[in-house]
Amino acid sequence: MPSNTAPSAGHYVADLEETPVGAIDQVDSSQKARSTWSDAWDSMRGRPLFWISAVLIVIIVAVAAFPNLFSHTDPARGCLLPDSNGGPEAGHIFGFTRQGCDVYARVVYGAQASLTVGLLATVIATLVGLVIGALSGYYGGAFDAIASRIGDIFLAIPTVLGAIVLMSVLPVRDPWTVALVLSVFAWPQVARITRGAVLSARNADYVTASIALGVSRFRILVRHVVPNAIAPVIVVATTSLGTFIVAEATLSFLGIGLPPSVMSWGNDIGQARVSVATAPMVLFYPAAALSLTVLSFLMLGDVVRDALDPKARARR
Amino acid sequence: MLWYIGRRLLQLIPVFFGATFLIYFMVFSLPGDPIAALFGDRPPAPGVIEAIREQYHLNEPFIVQYLYYIGGIFTGDLGTTYSGRPVTALLAQAFPVTFRLAMLALAFEAIAGILVGLVAGLRKGKLFDASALVVSLLLISVPTFVLGFVLQYFLAVELGLFRTTAGPGAPIQDLILPALVLASVTFAYIVRLTRASVADNASADFVRTATAKGLPRRRVVTVHILRNSLIPVVTFLGVDIGNLMVGAIVTEGIFNINGVGGAVFQAVIRGEGPTVVSFVAVMVIIYMLANLLVDMIYALLDPRIRYAK
Repeated sequence: MPSNTAPSAGHYVADLEETPVGAIDQVDSSQKARSTWSDAWDSMRGRPLFWISAVLIVIIVAVAAFPNLFSHTDPARGCLLPDSNGGPEAGHIFGFTRQGCDVYARVVYGAQASLTVGLLATVIATLVGLVIGALSGYYGGAFDAIASRIGDIFLAIPTVLGAIVLMSVLPVRDPWTVALVLSVFAWPQVARITRGAVLSARNADYVTASIALGVSRFRILVRHVVPNAIAPVIVVATTSLGTFIVAEATLSFLGIGLPPSVMSWGNDIGQARVSVATAPMVLFYPAAALSLTVLSFLMLGDVVRDALDPKARARR
Repeated sequence: MLWYIGRRLLQLIPVFFGATFLIYFMVFSLPGDPIAALFGDRPPAPGVIEAIREQYHLNEPFIVQYLYYIGGIFTGDLGTTYSGRPVTALLAQAFPVTFRLAMLALAFEAIAGILVGLVAGLRKGKLFDASALVVSLLLISVPTFVLGFVLQYFLAVELGLFRTTAGPGAPIQDLILPALVLASVTFAYIVRLTRASVADNASADFVRTATAKGLPRRRVVTVHILRNSLIPVVTFLGVDIGNLMVGAIVTEGIFNINGVGGAVFQAVIRGEGPTVVSFVAVMVIIYMLANLLVDMIYALLDPRIRYAK
């Protein structure tokens, strides 16, 4: 503590209220360094919505991965026509479809197709969009011009419309092809967002510093620019998972997505449509399962966006 | 501004050709022989198939077919369907119906969505806000076709408030229920967008200034908060016009409306290349023009954005 009075002066000198110059540069090194990710995790952890959606997603993924643990009935066999559109009974709590199949078992086994398509399409569209968007945002020039124009062309065709046309051409219809077709029309969205984020990150001071240190351009892109530009991409990916699941169901419902031999919620809703007046519950259960799944991913997307966007976090 | 519009229109040209080429390419590789399918079990006279293939240029290489098609566009000839109707006639019949449906849906979602979003944003954290958020999440996660069936069943079949399916010519009153269904998902998105945007702007400095200088609340809300909050909403509405046309495929199917959706879907199933490409081309044009329109509305909403040169 420095003395308040100058050594030779007899008069009082007031306390220094401003921060001493040296202290401005002092960083409290005892405190742990905080990354965006640990901040985000702290923010998500405190929200009930995160836990609700996380638990729902874990359950849905478990059902999709091991349907036989959740249903004793094999939905592919044991369909008896006398049971057609029958109401709930012991062992068959959701009743029977028009073909006399167990609705509960079909709902459980249908999760796999929906989730596979949703996850695959999200991964493919995100990876392709991320790579193309990052390269065109970072390097610019001819690659950027060509990639952006190609992206514009794909963006001008609405996803479901393009998917209907493309699906009608493909000889094979399985979760893989549906996912591929959906991502063909979805990647430019991700590319555009990545490109924007990379553009704003590539002129940051840490990039200049890396260049000054002699780090190679590609290494700067991978190690510094992409990690700092990836937050909006993750937000879009989480939300688009739900959209892809709806798109698959819509295609299957139109009869142009997964073939009827594949058990999926979209197919089941399409088939239940015929007898909606006599057996509305047959339509209700797969529709509810589909909506609940989409809802879980939407809620997770909301929480992730709030957590990764500091502006949103401050607002809340 | 005129320069800007001109430049944007020029930029649309390559995108338009790219998109039609892409669709044409996909349709061209459709499996099966649509001509053989026309005749059923009895084989036609040997020369007939060849003559028809010649007429539709089916024997030419793909790129030549595409050029024939593009050439036709500039002379106002979009080809004929395989049953002999000109595609233009089909377009003229189907588009007005879907256009009416889409505009009705757009009006619903814009008016109701912005109103609900505005109120929710101004009362952030209150009961109305919370319930608006929950309802919008539910609307987004229930697929359109499910909502269509449910509303059709309860409102039309059970309660008899609406006609179950649209009558011939699809009069406006038969399109109200389909338009509500079509608008549902976007309505939810608009509520969420408007709410976030209004809540953001409500605490902005210019709003505080406006309040402090004694402007009536009504003026602060309409001129200062709402006008500034509408920019992201307008963007979304513009993009959504394309989605409405596509959503119509499902909605028109449920309510049996003879519009673009049904026509495109039938054409895809039958493998009618020229018909599919023409419909998609028109949809792509509408989509692109809507986006251009949105960029111009920006300038009206936000004086900071002016396309001088």
